[in-house]
Amino acid sequence: MLRQALAITGLNIRSIPERWAPSLVIVIGLAGVVAVFCALLAMAAGFTDTLKATGRDDAAIIMRGGSDAELNSGLDRTQTDIIEEAPGIAAGADGKPEASAEVMVIAELVRKDDKNSGANITVRGVEPTAFTLRPKLKIVNGRNFTPGLRELIVGSGVLRQFQGAEIGKVLRMRGSDWTVVGEFESGDAHESELLTDINVARTTFQRTGSSSVLAALDGAGGFEKLKSALAADPRVNVDVVRERDYFSGQTKQFRQTIGLLAGIVTIIMALGAIFAALNSMYAAVAARGKEIATLRAIGFGGLPVLVSVMIESLLLALVGGILGALFAYVFFNNLSVSTLGQNFTQVVFSFKVTPQLVIEGLIIAVTIGMVGGLLPAIRAARLPVTTGLREL
Amino acid sequence: MSEPMVAVRNVTKVYQRGQQKVEVLHGLTLEIPKGDFVALMGPSGSGKTTLLNLIGGLDQPTAGEVLVGGKRIDKLPSGELAHWRAHNVGFVFQFYNLMPVLTAEGNVELPLLLTKLTAAQRKKNAAVALQVVGLADRAKHKPRELSGGQEQRVAIARALVSDPQLLVCDEPTGDLDRKTADEILGLLQVLNREHGKTIVIVTHDPKAAEFARRTLHLEKGQLLEQAA
Amino acid sequence: MTKSGFVIANLFRKRTRTILTLLSVIMAFLLFGLLQSINSMFNAGADFVGATRLITQARVSFTTALPISMLPKLEAVPGVARVAYWQWFGGVWQENTQLIVFAADPLRQRDVYPEYLMPDEQWQGFAKIRTSMIAGKQMADQYGWKVGEKIPISSNIYPQKNGSKSWVFDLVGIFDGKDDDAKKRTNQAFINYDYFDEANQFGKGRTNFFILKLTDSNQAAAVSKTVDAMFENSPDETKTQTEKDFNVGFVKQIGDIGLIVRWILFAVFFTLLLVVGNTMAQSVRERIPELAVLKTLGFSDGSVLGFVFAEAFALCLFGGLVGLGLATFAGAAVTKGTGNQFPVYVDVRVWLIGIAAIVLMSLAVGLLPALRAQRLKIVDALAGR
Repeated sequence: MLRQALAITGLNIRSIPERWAPSLVIVIGLAGVVAVFCALLAMAAGFTDTLKATGRDDAAIIMRGGSDAELNSGLDRTQTDIIEEAPGIAAGADGKPEASAEVMVIAELVRKDDKNSGANITVRGVEPTAFTLRPKLKIVNGRNFTPGLRELIVGSGVLRQFQGAEIGKVLRMRGSDWTVVGEFESGDAHESELLTDINVARTTFQRTGSSSVLAALDGAGGFEKLKSALAADPRVNVDVVRERDYFSGQTKQFRQTIGLLAGIVTIIMALGAIFAALNSMYAAVAARGKEIATLRAIGFGGLPVLVSVMIESLLLALVGGILGALFAYVFFNNLSVSTLGQNFTQVVFSFKVTPQLVIEGLIIAVTIGMVGGLLPAIRAARLPVTTGLREL
Repeated sequence: MSEPMVAVRNVTKVYQRGQQKVEVLHGLTLEIPKGDFVALMGPSGSGKTTLLNLIGGLDQPTAGEVLVGGKRIDKLPSGELAHWRAHNVGFVFQFYNLMPVLTAEGNVELPLLLTKLTAAQRKKNAAVALQVVGLADRAKHKPRELSGGQEQRVAIARALVSDPQLLVCDEPTGDLDRKTADEILGLLQVLNREHGKTIVIVTHDPKAAEFARRTLHLEKGQLLEQAA
Repeated sequence: MTKSGFVIANLFRKRTRTILTLLSVIMAFLLFGLLQSINSMFNAGADFVGATRLITQARVSFTTALPISMLPKLEAVPGVARVAYWQWFGGVWQENTQLIVFAADPLRQRDVYPEYLMPDEQWQGFAKIRTSMIAGKQMADQYGWKVGEKIPISSNIYPQKNGSKSWVFDLVGIFDGKDDDAKKRTNQAFINYDYFDEANQFGKGRTNFFILKLTDSNQAAAVSKTVDAMFENSPDETKTQTEKDFNVGFVKQIGDIGLIVRWILFAVFFTLLLVVGNTMAQSVRERIPELAVLKTLGFSDGSVLGFVFAEAFALCLFGGLVGLGLATFAGAAVTKGTGNQFPVYVDVRVWLIGIAAIVLMSLAVGLLPALRAQRLKIVDALAGR
């Protein structure tokens, strides 16, 4: 049976150039579906990757109780000090607790691609320990800010998407001038931020405590120790979250939204592609009614005919799917974009057309090819031999 | 003597086939009086279909004049020629006459869309035409539900419905069996004798000569001497 | 039988083919309707024309709050009729459903938003009863709230003075919108600002937004400038804009939605063009002899072109209208189903653009086949050449 099917398939395929227009319809239709699918979900993948890469398992963020984002959190000086001295925090090289109180301030920058549009960027005032706590962070241009001065270092993500924060530029925030002195890379969400000295931030923006505290955990039991110690202390009301969990948790909303959009768009496009494929395959079967009837009269069975039509449909769909995935990869992979993060500030990320997405896209293409080919294939197999021959 | 229905004067038709020029008719002259029923016969390639197309206004000569009903149609611009066709001539072909998507009645009504008649009037005229060809009971059938002979009858009804003076038929019986062919030729004869239509048919059918009044033979684009 | 009847009959010569093509067109316009309505919503033109209200926020980000003490200065600005204010409460319903809840001054809210319809006793109740709240009809319907009930809402930002994040409010009124636009915004709720400011652990007399009702909408640009100039170089710099600009600005921060939508629609319509174009081309190719016969009957070259073009148009029109209709239903379903979180309104604007797309598509797919029909020569076509 297989040999028969393959023989007929060979004939089918050789006649495709005569029927290039309807065949092209299938290829392009499916390329479109797969390209759109991959591109949309590449956004979700990229955003998730950036956020998931942020944060360590062995570090914790402490914020005011009940706030799910640093924006909503505020700790006064006393609370900040208590937290930094709590048990469960690892000791740094200098013997002091490896913790960094951090103050979050919002600044405004102009987008590179839309000069009329401003967006909010996070400016984070940090203690010196912030750098040991974030080992992935490296200064790649210029130098680090000097404590005590109104200096900033800018994440490379910010430079990709926004203007006005290049090295040497002066940013005006709340009536004060700040100079950008260096650029850093960290391969995570912090590349969407600007960093500065917490004390200068505190005095300039009239803050006494912090938005959050980032602390290294002391061994395997450190998290529990820190959590229970702070829970037991009546002077503070805080939430303790592993740094990685905090950032991963921020992806949910975006992934849901994009997932919904991608789902709806893909389903509708897929339906359209199925109808188009059905159309083309019915036309293909009709055009070759005589051939098929002749084959049947010669002695080829109905099943090999059916299989050959399905194979043709699948092949065209697969070619279209591969083209679509390729298009998505070439034009969208690593494209830099930014969107609103949890703190109503921008998170810069890149589209990521992952191998998994490509495979999922191809599976969709193959499924559409099967559905689009099945009914015409059945019709081809069932065509009464005499009807087909009469057309001769 | 009143003017002829059809007058062809010194007509030449040349086709361009790729690089070659092919002269299909050479200085042909002929007259068809009103009420005549002419069968045009000849071997393949003799140019009889080409002559028919010129008489019916489907094509125009490279040189010479064609007059139908006293009017010169050889130099009419295509829009006017189309308009002329709608009112002055009816066609019957060997194949592809009818629109498969319309009923017999719809097919016969089709030419009337070019007139200012109302829908009701169109329907009535179509019914009359179908009656003349004896197919009133098949009005609602689609062509695929009709036999070959019935389809040709509907085609004839359609050719008649605008009441043209001239009927032009290209191998009308070519696809039919003997009995049906005779019926169709008989119908044409009735239309000629009882309704006064001038009819020109191109045919291979030797029996057509028995139904027509005159037979003309063409060979290599030239008229041979006429048989009585 | 009429000319249009003939055109429609010809459309269905190959029924399966026509239906499948029609379905493809429907799918394309379904997607078009949904995406375009999202696009329109996000890229609605920003302007001062007809603006009767302005929104003043902290210049850099509305997440920073402004002091209530600014209120008298704002009221004193010429052109400002009345000022209301909103403080984001961070409301959460049950486990983790985010709600749009603001702390507001009841009577000011009533005055500045006349399009919210609620019996005056309920406004008075809102003002008098400190622990009261009012909710929009959409929100109340969604969660089954009735006037007179106590509604438990927690805040993910503000704990009460006793440290608890759970709050309880008396629902004293439900407001509806006087027109479609206003009805869309009945997915919000308001609590009494004075109570909130006093009862929350961080009560400091601050607010996220001031809403300025103008005496005259022509004053919008002037008032905006005056307000922002007044607070420039102060610790509480402001940004004042129309509500429309505010919405547009917010959405722009989410991303260039317009670009994404345009790319998807481009892919969709490009494919559709191929699908329908192919169908039309095939259909005409099969019918060359019939079209020739039409010409022999006396139909002019132009009318034959017209027939073919009318077919293409009928196909696109029917499919397009059905698709847009489905989009309208689907949009309403999505809006309702997600509790207005994803409001998708396929409105008049989208329909107009859709109809333009239908016409353009008909031209694109119908033109070449129609020209071919127009140009065919009777004798060649009948002879099979």
